[in-house]
Amino acid sequence: MTMPRLAIEALSAVSLRDGNRPILRRVSLVVGTGEVHGLVGESGAGKSTIAKAILGIIPSQVRVTSGRIGFEGRDLLSLSSGELRAVLGRDIALVPQDPSTALNPARRIEAQMTDGLRLKRGFSAAEARRRARALLDEVQIRDPDGVLASYPHQLSGGMRQRVLIAAAFGLEPKLVIADEPTTALDVTVQKQILRLIRALQERHGTSVLFVSHDLGVVAKICDRLTVLYMGKVMEQGSTAEVLTSPRHAYTRALLAANPRYDRPDAGLEPTPPAVVAALRAEIAAFDASAAGAADG
Amino acid sequence: MADELLVAQGLVVAYGRPAGQFGRRRAPAAVLHGVNIAVRRGETVGIVGESGSGKTTLGRALLGLVKPAAGSVVFDGIDITALDERARRPLRRRMQMIFQDPMSSLNPRHTIGRILIEPVLLHGLAKDRTAALALVHGVLDRVGLPRDTVDRYSFELSGGQRQRVGIARAVVLKPDFVLADEIVSGLDVSTQAQVLRLLKELTGEMRLALAFISHDLSVVRSVCQRVVVMRQGHVVEEGPCERVFAAPLAAYTRMLIDAVPLPAIDPGWLTRGDAGEAAAIA
Repeated sequence: MTMPRLAIEALSAVSLRDGNRPILRRVSLVVGTGEVHGLVGESGAGKSTIAKAILGIIPSQVRVTSGRIGFEGRDLLSLSSGELRAVLGRDIALVPQDPSTALNPARRIEAQMTDGLRLKRGFSAAEARRRARALLDEVQIRDPDGVLASYPHQLSGGMRQRVLIAAAFGLEPKLVIADEPTTALDVTVQKQILRLIRALQERHGTSVLFVSHDLGVVAKICDRLTVLYMGKVMEQGSTAEVLTSPRHAYTRALLAANPRYDRPDAGLEPTPPAVVAALRAEIAAFDASAAGAADG
Repeated sequence: MADELLVAQGLVVAYGRPAGQFGRRRAPAAVLHGVNIAVRRGETVGIVGESGSGKTTLGRALLGLVKPAAGSVVFDGIDITALDERARRPLRRRMQMIFQDPMSSLNPRHTIGRILIEPVLLHGLAKDRTAALALVHGVLDRVGLPRDTVDRYSFELSGGQRQRVGIARAVVLKPDFVLADEIVSGLDVSTQAQVLRLLKELTGEMRLALAFISHDLSVVRSVCQRVVVMRQGHVVEEGPCERVFAAPLAAYTRMLIDAVPLPAIDPGWLTRGDAGEAAAIA
């Protein structure tokens, strides 16, 4: 395997609002250089908490209790906000979930795309504009000048997501966090966006942490997968391993619940009660041993 | 066909647009351009399409919630497009809807009991509250919710539970036709599986005619017998799911199906269909 770019080690977090309920349970995962790593799970699995922890935007009611987030040999959790700000945008960029709220509605695309280039890369205004134009070209926007002059509401959801992808990759980051980047898009647009992310990632050797609830989407774009359930890693491996010979019953249950147009008689299988009970027991056993370790 | 419960023909729906500059009136924009669709008793018909295809507007027109500029909707032999509000009222019970977002479609200040009991009394399905409550208890049993759900509020329930309440609210009135608009799009895959299974069972038991609007082709394939594929206010293809998915006639349908990411290893998928898409989009 290649040099790890991101190495999360035994990351644990609790919800302060909810009686210190654990929301991450010693999550470890490694994203290699040039790897697209899928972080999959249902709601409450802790996927977005992990993404937020990397970006230093953990909500106030969540506290990280232990672990480290290693990026290029440094622990992001131990950086000051100033140090983290220097890393974010330049070395780590975000492609957000909802392209309609991620852009400032009152500013033209040009202003929003050139901010990062000027502030994080030190470009002059003219250089930044040239670069922004080239980036829009790279994400296959046919009329880059028209888009630069537009306000977000004048663009379709797919176009806005292209703009955000261009802005994220445009700073040539080493790691892109893609947080459900196609969830709000139509299926044909989703395919174009996935293709685009993969192409940019390959061209620039970018590592991507791809957060998704959709096993179909991660099957098409990820090299490796981490399957999360209630903040605990259930299974990790290459995408092919996890999808074709899943080792954990939870992964098997997820796959069996997933409807597939090519297998109309399969899918929609409810999770067997025995699997639900075993999952609960696994989480409870983990929490008990964590509490025991804390006491002892 | 005799068994057709709901038949829409030549439906045209246009929404008015705001006046242009200097107060000039603009022509209404058509969102449905002459759509035909029929739903039989006991049959689930999928309505699929991307955003802007007009699928939600079609659903609203089928229920008589928007007035078509042309065309007709005939429910059980009655042309509902010709009826005024009062004449349509007796049909309300027989035509129900399950909404996309159960959180915003359930009044947060009313208990689930009130939400379920009031329409039962309003439509005269029970002689008093006790009888209505008994009816509601039976439906809660059927949709897999505990009976004490009647004392709770929508915000206390999970997404899956809320959608079960949405289904309960529709079926407690013993309707003949139900419209379900993107009812599982916000749910986790395991919850989605449970809700869709329940819906399939109920349509069978009650011989419901169900119009099932969804953007998810895999979901449609697994719950519907027939499918209508829409694009920009037109039906581009219609037929039994088995045929449409195995051998789509329209290039657009082919493209939609090919764009669905299946949870299976298929290395060529991402780059496949580049040219076809460009042609279909143009």
